[in-house]
Amino acid sequence: MTTTDPRRPGGVLLRILPPGLYSGRAGAIIERSVLSYSRGWLVFVSGVMEPLFYLLAFQIGFGALVGDVTGPGGRPLDYVAFVAPALLVASAMNGAVFDSTFGVFFKFRYAKTYDAMLATPVGPLDIAAGEIGWAVLRGGLYAVAFFGVMSVMGMVDSPWAMLLVPVALLVAFAFAAIGMACATFLRSPSQFEFVQLAVVPMFLFSTTFFPLSVYPVPLQVVVQCLPLYHGVELARGLSVGVPDLTMLGHAAYLFALAALGVVATARRLAGLLLR
Amino acid sequence: MTSAAPAGRVVGSWRAAWLRVEGHWTWYRRYWTSTLYSTGLQPLLFLVAMGIGFGSQVQPGAATGGLSYLHYVAPALLAATAAQGAVGESTFPVLSGFKWQKDYLAVTATPVTAGQLLGGQLLWVALRLLLAGIVYVLVALAFGAWLNAGAAVVVLVATATGVACAAPVMALAATTYDEGARFITLFRFVVMPMTLFSGTFFPITQIPGALRWLAWISPLWHGNELARGVTLGGLGVLPALGHVVFLLAVFTAGGLAARHYFYRRLVV
Amino acid sequence: MVEAKALVKRFGDFEAVRGIDVHVRRGEAFGFLGPNGAGKSSTMRMIASVSPRTDGELTVLGLDPDREGPRIRARLGVVPQQDNLDSELTVRQNLQVYGRYFGLSRSHVRRRAAELMEFAQLTERADDEVEPLSGGMKRRLTIARSLVNDPELLLLDEPTTGLDPQARHLVWDRLFRLKSQGVTLIVTTHYMDEAEQLCDRLVVMDGGRIAAEGSPTELIRRFATREVLELRFAPGEQEPVVGLVDDLADRVEVLPDRILLYTGSGEAALERAHARGVRPVSSLVRRSTLEDVFLRLTGRSLVE
Repeated sequence: MTTTDPRRPGGVLLRILPPGLYSGRAGAIIERSVLSYSRGWLVFVSGVMEPLFYLLAFQIGFGALVGDVTGPGGRPLDYVAFVAPALLVASAMNGAVFDSTFGVFFKFRYAKTYDAMLATPVGPLDIAAGEIGWAVLRGGLYAVAFFGVMSVMGMVDSPWAMLLVPVALLVAFAFAAIGMACATFLRSPSQFEFVQLAVVPMFLFSTTFFPLSVYPVPLQVVVQCLPLYHGVELARGLSVGVPDLTMLGHAAYLFALAALGVVATARRLAGLLLR
Repeated sequence: MTSAAPAGRVVGSWRAAWLRVEGHWTWYRRYWTSTLYSTGLQPLLFLVAMGIGFGSQVQPGAATGGLSYLHYVAPALLAATAAQGAVGESTFPVLSGFKWQKDYLAVTATPVTAGQLLGGQLLWVALRLLLAGIVYVLVALAFGAWLNAGAAVVVLVATATGVACAAPVMALAATTYDEGARFITLFRFVVMPMTLFSGTFFPITQIPGALRWLAWISPLWHGNELARGVTLGGLGVLPALGHVVFLLAVFTAGGLAARHYFYRRLVV
Repeated sequence: MVEAKALVKRFGDFEAVRGIDVHVRRGEAFGFLGPNGAGKSSTMRMIASVSPRTDGELTVLGLDPDREGPRIRARLGVVPQQDNLDSELTVRQNLQVYGRYFGLSRSHVRRRAAELMEFAQLTERADDEVEPLSGGMKRRLTIARSLVNDPELLLLDEPTTGLDPQARHLVWDRLFRLKSQGVTLIVTTHYMDEAEQLCDRLVVMDGGRIAAEGSPTELIRRFATREVLELRFAPGEQEPVVGLVDDLADRVEVLPDRILLYTGSGEAALERAHARGVRPVSSLVRRSTLEDVFLRLTGRSLVE
């Protein structure tokens, strides 16, 4: 377990990273998060409730204003069924970004939690993996709760829809990793405006609430570059049970983003903390 | 050290509250860029996403009073934004005055009293909302979101709605001694549902009758009704008066409670 | 300037100030000396007219703080225990914004801010934000801020707690200047050296009551001897010695780590102790301080 061991455990990712970054103790960091959150359980529960409020609003409100919309494969789709899977992945994104930016920033700049951790055998990659793992875990819990409500409301009618939960986890993973890398660049709390500036438009415009065809063609291309768009496409396609090969592309995009985030985070933390 | 000087003196209550606004303005002049997104851009993003994007899927019908969704949602979206912004400005910034920055303690050591301090804070929130509202109305104009000059009155309605929400939240902030975790709960369980279910995006007649009273007690619903009334019409004088009275009542009750708790916390 | 009779402050069941009489004269530097929790800060807040008294009488600048708070505060300067500067504003803006609360004109606060930054040796940092300033600089700025309205009475709650020795002396130096300009100072502190340095007259507070009152030299003369002999022993060796030395001084205090002998001449007492075969690890002869006064009055050390 020593950081100087040349035959370190782990795959390609760990081998391309500088040595001394990893001790295999990411679990301890997740444990810490669980402990600290077990006191603020209300915040946690309220995070589960938020997307449900949205779902309810769409069920009774927005859905009644809109007839059918064009769903995956060109099929007409009930509006609520159109928006629900998108909300699922959007809430996974929001939860992950919140945890990996706000949470990490305050621990990093003010509480000096990481300085304390690095005084132990724990390395920066442990921290990155632990924090990202925690954000994914939390995002996953939200997703499961959301999925449960979707099934109760009769919105799950394809066995493929079971894959919504792993999709939400993937989205949470990608955004947690990228979010944490970005958090290491933030200097003051007021800069969280930039995080909002990235997340809110993405939430609103990644075909979450209306189909891609609404945009003029040049904007369609821009939207298709947004990471959340790929999560939404993946989730929407699976929820109506129309799997196709493009889904592999969407998944690959998100995986690439996640890998980039993890590497960037570990390198940034190593640069900032192990000076 | 002794400048041939007028020493300190007591000023009237309105003047004292205004001096607080001056203090906030000094801060704002340094930091206004950091508020650009939340008060300037975000409401417009929502207008574009909901009014134009989502609106493209909505057929004008009975629910929207025969109007396009953009025209239907634009006034209410301003009121909802003002309510959210006002709550935001009344939670952590106020708690910080008591607890972190402690500038409230510094101010009440001067001739300015706790009540005047509160008045200054409310006045400041109102001015911020007014400013944000004007920006919103002008930009929304470019999107063709307004049917008539009533839009100018919507700014006043939205500001009033926001200030009515701010007063009780400041009372809550004055009784908060922890790190403010309850504000997150407030946002998720009160502000967010209020935004969704107060007739901002769809008429409250779509809410099941048994739960509709929740919208009736929400200040935002009254603000939304007024906001639509002044620009889209269709609002009688008596109902309008009722909405105004309700907002006034929330503001008065909240303001008195806040005043009580400000004194209890600062003058002990 | 300040007149208190049987002044009481209760928070619920807790009685922070238990009936004190205080009389502060114009132009003097008056101190409240006592350990944390003695009731100093509660008293200060009542004088600062931000805390209504529970019982007793209090007039500040001839006015009743419960009814004339704003009028009193217009003529006071307050330096709170914890700095509450606006960390997001510049040094200059802190002074100007604060000055405006006293109803002073813009041009006046502009001029005054420049003078005060000079006084607090902060002119070079005038347009820097407050957040990155050192503790000593922030403290000086807080003091400068309290002077923006040319107060007749300046209240300082623990003015140098948490500062390093150099920064403390700088603050003391500025306070001396104010005093020589005729500003009345009221200072609370739990540092006896600060009280001795700054105060013409002081009260020793303990448990919400006043234990003694006078000038530092008066108090020392009244409650201590001219000199003190301190004897330190290795652990366990102190106990048997006490009986050997307790008749060598006017008074003997046995502390956990040393014995204090209060006497007119420390050297003489030390010689006689040596003659009796007492072999301390170390010995020290020094002048009595307010610390000794406090020990005498309360049986406890000031700083624990």
